[in-house]
This record gives sequence, C-alpha cells and structure tokens, in this order.
Amino acid sequence: MIRKVLFALAMALTAFGGTASAADLSLSVEIPQLPVAEYHRPYVAVWIEGADQNIAANLAVWYQVRGDHTKWLPDLRQWWRRGGRDLKVPVDGLTGATRPVGQHLLKFDAARAPLTSLKPGQYTVVVEAVREVGGREAVRIPFEWPIKAAKRESATGSKELGAVALSLNP
Amino acid sequence: MKTSTLTTKLAALLVVMVPATGEAARAWLLPSQTILARSGGWVTVDAAMADDLFSFNQGAMQVDALSVSGPDGQPVAPQNPAKGKTRSSFDLELRQAGTYRIAVAENMVMARWEEDGKPKRWRGTPAEMATGIPANAAKLEVEQMQRRVETFVTVGTPTDVKPAAGTGIELKPVQHPNDLYARETAKIRFLLDGKPAADLEVEIIAGGTRYRDAPDEMTFKTDKDGEIAVTWPAAGMYWLEVSVQDEKATVPGVKKRRASYSGTFEVLTQ
Repeated sequence: MIRKVLFALAMALTAFGGTASAADLSLSVEIPQLPVAEYHRPYVAVWIEGADQNIAANLAVWYQVRGDHTKWLPDLRQWWRRGGRDLKVPVDGLTGATRPVGQHLLKFDAARAPLTSLKPGQYTVVVEAVREVGGREAVRIPFEWPIKAAKRESATGSKELGAVALSLNP
Repeated sequence: MKTSTLTTKLAALLVVMVPATGEAARAWLLPSQTILARSGGWVTVDAAMADDLFSFNQGAMQVDALSVSGPDGQPVAPQNPAKGKTRSSFDLELRQAGTYRIAVAENMVMARWEEDGKPKRWRGTPAEMATGIPANAAKLEVEQMQRRVETFVTVGTPTDVKPAAGTGIELKPVQHPNDLYARETAKIRFLLDGKPAADLEVEIIAGGTRYRDAPDEMTFKTDKDGEIAVTWPAAGMYWLEVSVQDEKATVPGVKKRRASYSGTFEVLTQ
C-alpha cells in the first residue's frame, strides 16, 4: 500500500514537477516478491529498442557487480543479442547493482544522453529480467519519439516482472 | 607406430560400426555452452558418435583431427583431453572475444578388395594408401572420405566465420551460427570445394530425440547459391548434416568421393 502511494507520488512528481521545458521519459519497474525457497535478485536490463529491434539507447543494467558476475549477463537473452554483448561493463550511469523487490523509478531528461541520440520514430521500451534458478521475462511498451503529448502507458509481467509504467512528458 | 595402430584400431571399429551402406553413427560435438560473456571462460566439449542426439550411448568420437581456431584464426590448444568409452571430451579456455571454430576434419581413404576370394577392407590417410592397399588388389574399390564435424562458440560479439579449407563441404554462414533464435529464419550457406554447393540435401534434427516418438527431422535442399533458410521451431541444440557423393576425389588414383559436413548449433529463446 505504502509502496503504491509512494509510486503514485513519484509519478505525480515526475509528471508535474520541474520546469515546463524539461521533457522527460520516466519509467517505473516493479520487481515482484516471489514465493520461492531460493531467491536471488534478478538481473535486469532496460533499453529502448528501435524499429530495427536493435538497441537505440540503454537505460539501465542491473547485475551483481561485486565479484565477476558479468558471466551471467548473456542470460538477459534479448538484451545481450541486441547489443548488450557489444557493451563493456561497467558503464557509468548505466550499470548498477541488482535491486530488491519493489518499485524502481528511472527518469531520463529528453535533452540529455542517452535520449538525445533518438531520431524521430517508433520505439519500444523493453524491460528484461532473468533470475538465478528462476525464469526470464521481457515486458515491452511501444512509444513515439519525440514526445508530443503527456502520456502514460503500462504493461505487466506475469512472473519475473510486475507492473512496468512508462510516463512521457513533453 | 602409434598412428598406424590407432588407424588400424579405428578401421576395425569402423568395420564393426559401418554396415554395407556406409552409414556411420551420427558424429557430433557438443559444447557445454555456445555464448559467453565478454570476460570469456571455459567450455567443455564432448565428442561422440551416436544416433541419439545428444546422448552418449554408442561410441566416442576420435578427436585426433581436432582443430580449434580462435577469433584471430590462431589455433587454441584443447586442455584436459580425455577419451572415454562413450565420448571424448576436452576443455577450451576462451580468453579472446569473438567466435571460435571447433572442428574435427578428416580426409581419409577407404578401400575394399578381394584377396583369395575374401573381402578385405582398409581405411587410412591418403599418404598411407601405397602401403595399405596391395598394388595387385583384385576388384579394388577406393573412395575418399572428407568429413567435417563442427561447432562454434562465441565470447561477446560474434565475429566472422570464414571457411578455411577450400575442400570438402564447409559452412559459410549468412546468419552467424551463434546468433540463432527460436521462430526466426536463418540462412546458411554451404560450400563444396570452396564453391556454392547447390542441390544438396540438408537434414536438421533437434536434440532430445530420446524423448520423442519421431525424429522430426527437417530437410532442405540447397539453392543455386548453396543456401538453405531454416526457421527454428524452438530453442534447443540442433544437429545438422549434409553430404554428397561424387567423382571429384582430390586424392591421386581415387575417383569416388564422399564429403560430409555435420554441425551442432544452439538456438536460443526469444
């Protein structure tokens, strides 16, 4: 409940806070609580996919940073093939440690990297999660760039991901 | 001499395993994984001759002719090689990013003739022919066998796979062999003696045959460019074979030739 309120608050802040000129893309990713005996936080990749299905912009990559656990990055199957394998991790501002169960908010300024590299067109936000001794899932939300009007789209994963919400603010 | 002993043993083994039609058990290499993160690591490869894909239930494959080449084209030495009853195996340490080709390529000559009314058989390298086959052998039939068994493993981003031998059947991938996904269509090109291999029948079978009532093989015919287009029905390990019989032997004094290519390919989930 508290999480939901916080989430709503965060989304509201994202939508109405700041100056009018700061167009942005924000994304909320829920890592669900799972009733399993052996739980490991999932590896998660969040990226913007172009019409050619290649990565137009990487938004976040969460993996076990401590120790050399990049070994399991290819298990983020689609992210890996679409361009993750070309990336030398860690990357400042992109890669980070795995996140706990809950809502995670990501916010990107339209006027700053990595969004500045987007050409006008159709894109898809992809969130892919893979969990040790668990499963893999990808959730997709299509959108149009540049942002013309305020928009909120959402999708829900069935196993490894909970609610994913994309908020576009012109 | 060790080599000749091995060859003799192998020949004896083949005589047992190969019925009159010349069909041997399926040859395959099975890598423990085909895609590795950029940090590289170890893979273990099993090599077996078995019709059940990919169960070690017939015999080990001889890997004397093993060659592993790294992304830079340089050979990579196999480590911890072992030959068991049901399979051979070896480890590879992959330090460099890119694609590794793991191949067992053999160029052998098989002969049969009659001696005092009894059938005789021999199998050896082209160089051993002169000593292996009697000069006055009656009803002599010789055939060259070019066999190539391959698989590929990639560290990080896949790199170009170039056919290197220029003889026998080789793979010239259009779609990279370590970039195959369920329900996607991959084009694969085959070369025979370095040129597009047209009109050859290619058979592809998914692993796990033991757990199916039918082999469910997929068959394709190469087009004029030597290409087939495969839509992978599901993720998994697949075995592919293509062979040709012709009269283009490359060994002096031999006319008939049988060239084959078999490969193991991993198809990943969407």
